[in-house]
Amino acid sequence: MFRNQYDTDVTTWSPAGRLFQVEYAMEAVKQGSAAIGLRSATHVVLATVNKAASELSSHQKKVFKMDDHIGVAIAGLTADGRVLSRFLRSECINHAFVYESPLPVSRLVVHLADKAQVCTQRSWKRPYGVGLLVAGLDETGAHLYYNCPSGNYFEYQAFAIGSRSQAAKTYLERRFEAFNNYPREELIKDALSAIKETLQGEKLTSAICTVAVVGVGEPFHVIDQKTIQEVIDSMEIREEAAADQGTMQEEDKSSEAAPMDI
Amino acid sequence: MEKKEKAILFFKSDTEFGSYGSTLRYKSVERIKAIGKHTLLGASGEISDFQEILRYLDELILYDNMWDDGNSLGPKEIHNYLNRVMYNRRNKFNPLWNSLVIGGVKNGQKYLGMVGMIGTHFEDNHVATGFGNHLARPIFRDEWSEDMTFEEAVRLLEKCLRVLLYRDRSAINKFQIAKITDEGVTISQPYSLKTFWGFSAFKNPSKGAEGSW
Repeated sequence: MFRNQYDTDVTTWSPAGRLFQVEYAMEAVKQGSAAIGLRSATHVVLATVNKAASELSSHQKKVFKMDDHIGVAIAGLTADGRVLSRFLRSECINHAFVYESPLPVSRLVVHLADKAQVCTQRSWKRPYGVGLLVAGLDETGAHLYYNCPSGNYFEYQAFAIGSRSQAAKTYLERRFEAFNNYPREELIKDALSAIKETLQGEKLTSAICTVAVVGVGEPFHVIDQKTIQEVIDSMEIREEAAADQGTMQEEDKSSEAAPMDI
Repeated sequence: MEKKEKAILFFKSDTEFGSYGSTLRYKSVERIKAIGKHTLLGASGEISDFQEILRYLDELILYDNMWDDGNSLGPKEIHNYLNRVMYNRRNKFNPLWNSLVIGGVKNGQKYLGMVGMIGTHFEDNHVATGFGNHLARPIFRDEWSEDMTFEEAVRLLEKCLRVLLYRDRSAINKFQIAKITDEGVTISQPYSLKTFWGFSAFKNPSKGAEGSW
């Protein structure tokens, strides 16, 4: 009848030392459409894949502005994501009210993680089924964090969550070492390339992704569709050019190789 | 009184007095305190209310340090926090009876501001509380300049303090001056100014006010 006798309650341990309900919540993050983030020393870019539930509906919002200096991208249960966004916004505004200065990103992330952790230790609660990429800028520079339903949080140079995010992670892992010195335009291009990896052959257009940026002298904002489409187009032109050159070289090689065969 | 100083200097001075209303009682109460690494706080008014404010700030700085994440509250944050505290208390019709002067330096950024008893607040290049508003600030306005050296600034402060000492019947001749830079805080030991009470204008002070006693 049950798949697992230790997964009916968040607070029940399995003999192997696991909390299945918490792991299921983390699974919910993997089911959501992908969100990726990457940062340089001065800027952070977030990008998400927008999946509409049906042909007849629009997609749900996956990128939220918390304050001028912080924004999040979510993957998983959007409803949970919105609740947490409201919490984060109120934390930011309360700090701004009392100190007239922006809340450090690391502190916001700890507040969020503490909130998530409580849900893993109360029998009458359930963990949040959403993962958040928190992008922000403060006195100590640009930051990118990942907040997990388990109450864990990690700081990253670049990260991807959601469905097929492994492909984006692989792409980012190959390139992250150069990110720290990237200008924002390059970050945006790599964000789009990483998103493209998660699409697995589906065509990347500005209609199926959201890209947002925050950085020095630039408050958090979603970049408009037109600009994104221009970037995508310019990337495609470059790829086609590169592909053409590749085939031409191959042709050259074959003509060179032919005499050798004789 | 405090005044903003060249580049990274900032400082303040104050008489010392424990007071309860105008019942001046204790002669060795220090009214300048360092708050965290980047901020100096000076106060006039009710000494026990000031002690309560210091308790709030001690807790605030303690919790700030407990994050241990490299972020810290600077003078601007402390100024705004105190403004909220003062204004909140006035809204309860139970104000903290102080005028506060907040100054500091963080990351090379100078800051000097004031909070009044009922939450009035502002920033300026020089500020003063109480009698200082009437007697010291006009002198500051004439003689303050952005590029003063530390010595020049001390001289100007002492000039103002001397005027205040002569004009305020309840002032005593005991002062402290504090300095804050990016390197840290120095608060002087209490010291006295040289005075001369033999000016002819001091001899018969009611001479120009005939008809009054």
